[in-house]
Amino acid sequence: MSIDIKPEFKPDGIEGAGFFATSLDKVVGLARANSLWPLPFATSCCGIEFMATMASHYDLARFGSERLSFSPRQADLLMVMGTISKKMGPVLRQVYEQMAEPKWVLSMGACASSGGIFDTYSVLQGIDRIIPVDVYIPGCPPRPEQVLDGILKIQELTKSESIRRRDTPEYKKMLEQYGIE
Amino acid sequence: MELSNMETSNLNELISAALKSRYADKFIGEEQQYDFTVYTLDKSVIIDALSFLKTDPEIACSFLTTLCGIHMPEQEGAEFGMMYQLQNMQKNVRIRVKIWMSKDNLHVPTATGLWPSANWMERQEYDFFGFKFDGHPDLKRILNMDEMNYFPMRKEYPLEDGSRDDKNDKMFGR
Repeated sequence: MSIDIKPEFKPDGIEGAGFFATSLDKVVGLARANSLWPLPFATSCCGIEFMATMASHYDLARFGSERLSFSPRQADLLMVMGTISKKMGPVLRQVYEQMAEPKWVLSMGACASSGGIFDTYSVLQGIDRIIPVDVYIPGCPPRPEQVLDGILKIQELTKSESIRRRDTPEYKKMLEQYGIE
Repeated sequence: MELSNMETSNLNELISAALKSRYADKFIGEEQQYDFTVYTLDKSVIIDALSFLKTDPEIACSFLTTLCGIHMPEQEGAEFGMMYQLQNMQKNVRIRVKIWMSKDNLHVPTATGLWPSANWMERQEYDFFGFKFDGHPDLKRILNMDEMNYFPMRKEYPLEDGSRDDKNDKMFGR
């Protein structure tokens, strides 16, 4: 019995017997994409969906995010899941600032993305008012499948980005808009 | 059930009579709201009354369940109120004590001397309504962000976050 095995992702390059040549950017991108360490910043029910996503049934570990990092300093991906009150805003921002480059942000659910149903004086109307966001997941709360889809979108970004992401003028300009050093 | 109803009405009669004789014209009124008897008193006697209700051996409403601010902008001269909910734990009787004040004078004497738990409750009422609790050890905001420059539960302020621009009439067809 023969099984047709397809490599999940292979960057463009020159292939021959025993070697494969491609650019460093792509190799590094591949490595980063398949070993993202997420920092779960879970403040409400989206965090419960995320627990299901991490557990054996949906198994986020299949996508290289086996290890959650509860320290921002070792995390690659900030997952913001749940309502962020205005009082929590500076805390979230500090967590983002403590993360080392390269870093990505995923905003899960209606509350983190836009304030959701909480259009009120005490709730931040979307985390993109204080930190830059790479991927938004809609839903209230989103299904674990949607979370996985969001992670895959982050992986696509990771693969296609320059290894010197932080040095690009666009990135610097974007951080400047948020007033982040 | 029978017994507890009887105990409730007996204790309420006792409290009513005691407060009336103790405060005379400072006792403004009493009414029944759901299963609570609400006693309205003058602001000047509130701490004395709470202390009396707490320490009197027969009344013994020794537990401060909650306190809460009220804003009724249409009641001119008595726009703001403060409600104290007390409980007699032995007889399981709950009462409320209310005071009313004008919006120009939101000073209320603190109840932290009677119940340490009043500390955070009063900070919350300061946070949301702007009551000034005289004698409070640490009167600052507790739930809202420190930078907030208004008292959000007052009815002149909108509930919604003012910074959203996607909820205009065009979006909602108004």
